[in-house]
Amino acid sequence: MKAFLILEDGTVFEGTSIGSTREVVSEIVFNTSMTGYLEVLTDPSYAGQAVCMTYPLIGNYGITDDMESGRPWPDGFIVRELSRIPSNFRCKGTIQDFLVKHDIPGIAGIDTRALTKILRDRGTMNGMITTNENYNFEEIKPKLQAYATGDVVSKVTCSEKTVLNGTGKKVALLDFGAKKNIAKSLNDRGCEVTIYPAHTKAEEILKTNPDGIMLSNGPGDPKDCGPIIDEVRKLYESDTPIFAICLGHQLMALATGADTHKLKYGHRGGNHPVKDLQTGRVYISSQNHGYVVDTDKLDPKVATPAFVNVNDGTNEGLKYTGKNIFTVQFHPEACPGPQDSGYLFDRFIEMMGGAK
Amino acid sequence: MPKRSDIKKVMVIGSGPIVIGQAAEFDYAGTQACRSLKEEGMEVCLVNSNPATIMTDKEIADQVYIEPLTVDVLKQIIIKEKPDSLLPTLGGQAGLNLGMELAESGFLAEQGVKLIGTTAETIFRAEDRQAFKDTMEKLGEPVAASLVVNTVEDGIKFTNTIGYPVVLRPAYTLGGSGGGIAHNQAELVEILTNGLRLSRVHEVLVERCIAGWKEIEYEVMRDAAGNCITVCNMENIDPVGVHTGDSIVVAPSQTLGDKEYQMLRTSALRIIDELGITGGCNVQYALHPESFEYCVIEVNPRVSRSSALASKATGYPIAKVAAKIALGYTLDEIPNAITKKTFASFEPMLDYCVVKIPRLPFDKFITATRKLTTQMKATGEVMSICNNFEGALMKAIRSLEQHVDSLMSYDFCDMTDEELNEALTVVDDRRIYCIAEALRRGVSYEKIHDITQIDIWFIDKIKILVEMEQRLANEELTVELLKEAKRIEFPDNVIADLNGKMTEEEVRKMRYDNGIVAAYKMVDTCAAEFDAMTPYYYSVYGSENEAAETSGRKKVLVLGSGPIRIGQGVEFDYCSVHATWAFAKEGWETVIVNNNPETVSTDFDIADKLYFEPLTNEDVESIVNLEKPDGAIVQFGGQTAIKLTEHLMKIGVPILGTKAEDVDAAEDRELFDEILEKTQIPRAAGGTVFTAEEAKEVANRLGYPVLVRPSYVLGGQGMQIAFNDEEIEKFMDIINQIAQDHPILVDKYLQGKEIEVDAICDGENILIPGIMEHIERTGIHSGDSISVYPAHTITQDIKDKIVDYTERLAKALHVLGMINIQFIAMDGEVYVIEVNPRSSRTVPYISKVTGIPIVDLAAKAILGHKITDMGYKPGLQPEADYIAIKMPVFSFEKLRGAEISLGPEMKSTGECLGIAKTFEEALYKAFLGAGVVLPKHKQMIITVKDADKPEALEVAKRFEKLGYKIYATRSTAKFLQDGGVDALRVNKITQESPNVMDLILGHKIDLVIDTPTQGHGDKTRDGFLIRRNAIETGINCITAMDTAVALATSLESATTEYTLVDVATI
Repeated sequence: MKAFLILEDGTVFEGTSIGSTREVVSEIVFNTSMTGYLEVLTDPSYAGQAVCMTYPLIGNYGITDDMESGRPWPDGFIVRELSRIPSNFRCKGTIQDFLVKHDIPGIAGIDTRALTKILRDRGTMNGMITTNENYNFEEIKPKLQAYATGDVVSKVTCSEKTVLNGTGKKVALLDFGAKKNIAKSLNDRGCEVTIYPAHTKAEEILKTNPDGIMLSNGPGDPKDCGPIIDEVRKLYESDTPIFAICLGHQLMALATGADTHKLKYGHRGGNHPVKDLQTGRVYISSQNHGYVVDTDKLDPKVATPAFVNVNDGTNEGLKYTGKNIFTVQFHPEACPGPQDSGYLFDRFIEMMGGAK
Repeated sequence: MPKRSDIKKVMVIGSGPIVIGQAAEFDYAGTQACRSLKEEGMEVCLVNSNPATIMTDKEIADQVYIEPLTVDVLKQIIIKEKPDSLLPTLGGQAGLNLGMELAESGFLAEQGVKLIGTTAETIFRAEDRQAFKDTMEKLGEPVAASLVVNTVEDGIKFTNTIGYPVVLRPAYTLGGSGGGIAHNQAELVEILTNGLRLSRVHEVLVERCIAGWKEIEYEVMRDAAGNCITVCNMENIDPVGVHTGDSIVVAPSQTLGDKEYQMLRTSALRIIDELGITGGCNVQYALHPESFEYCVIEVNPRVSRSSALASKATGYPIAKVAAKIALGYTLDEIPNAITKKTFASFEPMLDYCVVKIPRLPFDKFITATRKLTTQMKATGEVMSICNNFEGALMKAIRSLEQHVDSLMSYDFCDMTDEELNEALTVVDDRRIYCIAEALRRGVSYEKIHDITQIDIWFIDKIKILVEMEQRLANEELTVELLKEAKRIEFPDNVIADLNGKMTEEEVRKMRYDNGIVAAYKMVDTCAAEFDAMTPYYYSVYGSENEAAETSGRKKVLVLGSGPIRIGQGVEFDYCSVHATWAFAKEGWETVIVNNNPETVSTDFDIADKLYFEPLTNEDVESIVNLEKPDGAIVQFGGQTAIKLTEHLMKIGVPILGTKAEDVDAAEDRELFDEILEKTQIPRAAGGTVFTAEEAKEVANRLGYPVLVRPSYVLGGQGMQIAFNDEEIEKFMDIINQIAQDHPILVDKYLQGKEIEVDAICDGENILIPGIMEHIERTGIHSGDSISVYPAHTITQDIKDKIVDYTERLAKALHVLGMINIQFIAMDGEVYVIEVNPRSSRTVPYISKVTGIPIVDLAAKAILGHKITDMGYKPGLQPEADYIAIKMPVFSFEKLRGAEISLGPEMKSTGECLGIAKTFEEALYKAFLGAGVVLPKHKQMIITVKDADKPEALEVAKRFEKLGYKIYATRSTAKFLQDGGVDALRVNKITQESPNVMDLILGHKIDLVIDTPTQGHGDKTRDGFLIRRNAIETGINCITAMDTAVALATSLESATTEYTLVDVATI
């Protein structure tokens, strides 16, 4: 069946429908990872967005257990070509079936490079994926313009607290849409990880006296998370060691008086170089963010940059002055992407007083 | 970290002559690195024995020594040039080994020379089998159970503990020389014995066989600060068991999930970090197809063939970055030359798929076994880029120029199902075609996978191509079907053939009428995330074109020479690159089309635009439609480019330089005869034929022996000397195995002195840089002959005639640009053998030793400049006051079963130079450069045909005087004894031991002189067995008396004090 991707600026790509045939309006973003489409699909940070994979051959190894959450989150999936048959010893099914099962629409067979160039040049845009051949752009246009991701954190966070047992440090993980591997990375290092829903009050967490608090990644504009920011402020003031990733990093910045802004087209992929300003070392990181912390509005008495993106100089991490807090914009938990910055979890454990 | 201040003058070691396993990729890497060093203000001193390379140009380095790559020579150059640093990681295994020897001997420390790029300790830990194993164990990185052995006995003992099959890997060899898989003790003994001999340190690793696992490679980089990145990973379609150089390779990996991908990536980075590599490095893995179990196969702590491929596949200039790292820069300080916005510390992301196919030489060596093993056999490779795998595979297939353009090109139709099953088990260069046939017959994926171990994902892709064949054959060609066929890169001619009712022309017209045309996408290292500045393109169908339109300047299309093969090597890339530079200097916009990832011409900053595409009529036409060049230049790209001439003219592209009809006149027998008649130049009598009957008729009219050859070929492909009717039949049969578009030539064979000339013609005058003379008499292909400049044994009268004939021919053929002519000088007369109105194999060599920029001048002549205006006097240029000798280099030991005796069909893979004040020293250096390091045991075997016996006697006397003990078979021995040589008679192979074979296998023989009797290629003949066994046990084997004489001369003048010539000052 034919499908169409219609962008806010009137550009239309014609392709083949994959997954669900329902119509969807979303923010269109691209990801440059060559492997890890399944981790991308199941990363809750993509909630409210339709993601285009720049690598043209997708689905080669099918569906495996490599999922970062219980279900796929993007509103739509845009690919050049879906593999007709997957091949991998762990393969349990095809992307096509997976998308259908979770009612996620998509489009294949379009010139994904041309789409990526449009997004790169004109910035992230909203768009619609539809199988309706008789669409009327003038009717669609206002819908596209009106679309906003909104409070997607509420949609993706867990509904109740869960615990991963461990004999080491006790870590409270605030789930704003956490990828599984964050909890796993801590748990693998012996930590007992308690995962809290995003809207948990700071008091509730602090009263359990955790050794450290982990703020997770998550979707959307950090400024849409007002109430959460207030709680994060309380956590900041608690003197508990805190490590934050991606949205968590942005929320901590907003909670402490800094500002964030939207990037033209974001950083999504597994090849972004970030420099650890403490050591001068450069690490290749996994990234997925559309917003970034403004460093020029940073108060050095509160926080100073700890990591910087080598490509565009944007902020990739903060060290909080006088606090046991550091936060990063990129994803040390990888999945997908390079595992180079996994050492940050060790740094966090050291910050909590070292392994027990 | 900024640039180190203690590095000012860097010596770079090249990789020497092109051999199997070490080809043009090191010219590419070396050239790029030298340019990068010069960019940083370094003084660069280059040493490489290979004159055909671009890296040995004076534009590339400050001092250029085209000298034998031996420790002694390097020491003398270091003493003379006093570099402060030595960069050994760019010259392949050869360069690395030399750097190590210089470091280990303490010489570098004595001279205050630093090894940069990577330390000796790092090289040792990566290259030494035991040290490598220890390092991997320390890291907890798995390697296959293995043991380093120095004796066959130890090998057997160890194998008995781990079980057969085992893989054997000799230490410090290139292209996996001497390696293999042994399935039983007999094979173990054979391969191990050979491997121990080939290893520099007499070590072979015996290893658990992991054949059938996925073979995955990672190209990684690390700087001195410890920053690490992966440039690219690659997956071999052929599982472990086939050398990666002989495998079909895809980039990036296709069947690995992120978990597997990152697991191996992390492992690779841990390994280079532990080894402390500073620069580029290649790590090879075997990954179990049904678990996460993996083994590290090997680590190459240098740039390699794979890194050249990775560079071209991603756009990331590995050698350039490696050179900067060697100078002390960190990755985040080095700008990304492709985007000019980002830095070298990132990882390229591909938004396309790359396929590499090796170019195997079995069309040249028809007796050689086609079986692919862990010992590399390919001479070169092609790469293609597309946004789908099927398309990339199809494009790569037709880039090979081996008369293949689809998966139907090798025909397995006649086989029964049983035979086909059997054929599937054979691992050779035809395997994918065989799989395609199995799929046509409905053999299941699982069955094919069980037999071949090739991943089902790839088998399905082949099936998609097969399904398209079937649809094209059975269905009406609709626009939709045509679109889909083009998306997966079916060429028009294949579509037409399958359709059966339409011609290629009609298919093309249908495409054009419906707007189904190629679009071009950019290789930008970043999957379009950033705007890139470097116009490096590949074609796709069904997408938006992004190749920027350019106009304003005149635009030239430069057609490259495709994959490196015997007969068409790196020389033609040298010519293409120089032609491009020359046109650029004249203000033209330059566009290169080529498909060879190993070359300088496909580097991103050589031309204004690079199209990485197959060199076929259709693919080039698509580029022409877009670029609308003002002209195309074909005379520098070898036969590959010449073949495109006709079509280029048809589609209205002016051919710059000599016109196509004149090129034809030189190739077409009748037209050429007319020209010779007109110019009154004699040639050997001959005729043109199509059938064996006609050939025999002509041969008998001329009288045997005769030369039989197809027209329009390079490297004398299919050329043979026939002595009787039987041989004519045999040779015609071989030639006609491939349908011939052009007639076959049968000429009277004249045995005389062979002379070769390259000349430039501006339409009025000619310029001859120099006359070359061959050591070997006619009958041996010019590419396989030892060539001497200046010609030193011919009279002035002959020289004058040659200059005169050259001028007459150049004018009669209206040459504008290059012309190459081969002559025979016999009894005071000069005959023409052949004329090639194009650039030749000898152009780089003669350019370097005369200091005349031949390609540059030819390009200018093409553009209308006159020789006299360019500062040259027309005619033959003054002779140099030294002698430069080009020596052919062979790769016979890599090709089991190949006939090594020389003849009219070219067999050498590369060349080296010997340059000195005297003929004798030049000859000695040339042999040395070619790896002939004698004497060792001072024992030799002579077995020659009757006609050669008188000459053999003279040679034997000279070797006897040099202290050689001479063994000879019965009749040769008698002849030598009668002539006063104290020759020892040995039994023939078929006679009882000890016989000649025992002697050879005893490892005490330096040299075999064996001139073959007629009828090459009979594998059971004594001569063939002697030659093969000599080669395979590392004995120098000479098959022409002239070569033997030259070697005697060389050894008589052996020296250890060399005249070192800085070629850059010529």
